[in-house]
Amino acid sequence: MFFTVLSIELLKIFSKGRSYIGFGAITILVPIVQAAMYSEGEAYFGLFTQGLQQQFSFTGTFLNGYLIAFVVLQSLLVHVPLLVTLVAGDMLAGEATGGTYRLLFSRPVSRHTIVLAKYSAALLYTIGLIAWMSLLSMGLSFLLFGSGELFIVSSSITVLQKDDILWRFGYAYLFGILSMSTVASIAFMFSALVENSIGPIAMTMAIIIVFTIISALDAGFIKDVKYLLFTNHLISWRLFFEETVPVDRILLSTWVLGGHSVASLLITLFVIVKKDILS
Amino acid sequence: MDRNSIIEIRSLCKSFGQFKAVYNLDLTVNQGDIYGFLGPNGAGKSTTIRMLMSLISPTSGSISVFGKPLMSHRNEILAGIGAIVEKPDFYLYLTAEENLRILGKMNSIDLSSKQIHRSLDQVGLLDRAKSKVKTFSYGMKQRLGIAQALLHDPDLIVLDEPTNGLDPVGVKEIRELILRLRSEQQKTIFLSSHILPEVELIANRMVIINKGTTVIEGSVSELLNSGMLTVNFSIDDTEKAKTILRESQFASSVLGFSADSNVHIKLSKERIADCTTFLVDHGIGIDGISSTRSLEEYFLSITRS
Repeated sequence: MFFTVLSIELLKIFSKGRSYIGFGAITILVPIVQAAMYSEGEAYFGLFTQGLQQQFSFTGTFLNGYLIAFVVLQSLLVHVPLLVTLVAGDMLAGEATGGTYRLLFSRPVSRHTIVLAKYSAALLYTIGLIAWMSLLSMGLSFLLFGSGELFIVSSSITVLQKDDILWRFGYAYLFGILSMSTVASIAFMFSALVENSIGPIAMTMAIIIVFTIISALDAGFIKDVKYLLFTNHLISWRLFFEETVPVDRILLSTWVLGGHSVASLLITLFVIVKKDILS
Repeated sequence: MDRNSIIEIRSLCKSFGQFKAVYNLDLTVNQGDIYGFLGPNGAGKSTTIRMLMSLISPTSGSISVFGKPLMSHRNEILAGIGAIVEKPDFYLYLTAEENLRILGKMNSIDLSSKQIHRSLDQVGLLDRAKSKVKTFSYGMKQRLGIAQALLHDPDLIVLDEPTNGLDPVGVKEIRELILRLRSEQQKTIFLSSHILPEVELIANRMVIINKGTTVIEGSVSELLNSGMLTVNFSIDDTEKAKTILRESQFASSVLGFSADSNVHIKLSKERIADCTTFLVDHGIGIDGISSTRSLEEYFLSITRS
């Protein structure tokens, strides 16, 4: 029965206009970034590396498909959570708003099964969104810019050889799925707590903003516990682009993000199973 | 438990904080009943139906359906019930056919298009099978609600205000459909309604609840024939009858005279003969006697008391 309900939930997701906003936004934004980089990329890159060029000698160009795909991945933290919550935040709250909780929960299917199927559908949607983003950003970028070394400036300068990059992107996108699944899980949990679709989106984004601000503080006890905040780990995909990948830090991020997802799902199950359907 | 009882509710209570929505409710619905579930607004009807459909949990008491406790046999019981609970809400972005198909799947039935079309035809919506439900009027959604309730051929059908939003033709069709479901398919129907004549016309048993508790339960005809009745005497001399009744022991019981030579008197069943004798003894010719008691009148007397 789980797979039956899952297929129904996927049909419901893809029958709603709002589910295509995320795909539409990515389909529009990624080519815009690529077109901008195609026409003005060299100038941007020159401006960005102006200080470095005084100390190092640059030959050739670092503007290639890998760099553009890397730039697009940066949007994971800022834009994709909003796109994910549009759907995940509507999974349960949408039923409450539409009055269809009554229709759904009076069927001979346990509430556990319904919640798990809905959650799985939200995760599949998230995976689809990241997969689409990876396909557009990697595929189109290669077509337009070709391949080459990946030049990354963060706390240090890293130059990755072109035959040492593809696998890193593979893991980075997988980690991106984990990050966005955590955001989806939190939106899904809020979706069980309220009876309108806007609430979960606003709450999830507010949590991301508040936790990001807290993460930036280094004072008192916050310093000791901030590693537990999921927002601290949403961009841990970047760790795959360090010369030596820090496996221990990636594992910690995986645990924290996974922990938030599992806790959110358990809270959702508890709330829905106990819930009196009054809408 | 009665061998034939389909629903048995005992001492059912549901509180929301300090507010007792349902308190010590008892009722029994037997196999083949069209069971009227009546009560004024806020009496606890919808809360009871939601508990019956496992949408809210009782605070205390028990609900048994098909002879099994609802809490421990939830899925098995719900598989045998078709219901409309309050408003007919559907997935507006799906078509009528898609809505029925997914609801069938939720009941573990993979319906063919032919079966779905038959269900839609039964409620007069076949030509709108491919239309999105967001284009439907309230009455059409109500019909679709009935179609989904009957989709999986349930033994028990729970209908909460099923004729809301329907035009007179639609009301008549639904009434006939309900009667057919019982006579041809031996379905048991639990019918909550505000339209009292509707219950009077089709229900064989009923319960009246008020403030969350059972006021009275029994056969519709027996309940309507108990207590005071409105008796209509068709007489030959209205003016004379007015004079003699004004000075008689029945003076306070006279409800009025109508232009078609009828006098309406409120009497107990036992006193109809006395009143007839009184009129005949005073030279009033009687062409006919009929006694009526509308459910509306009965309902108001019960709920007000």
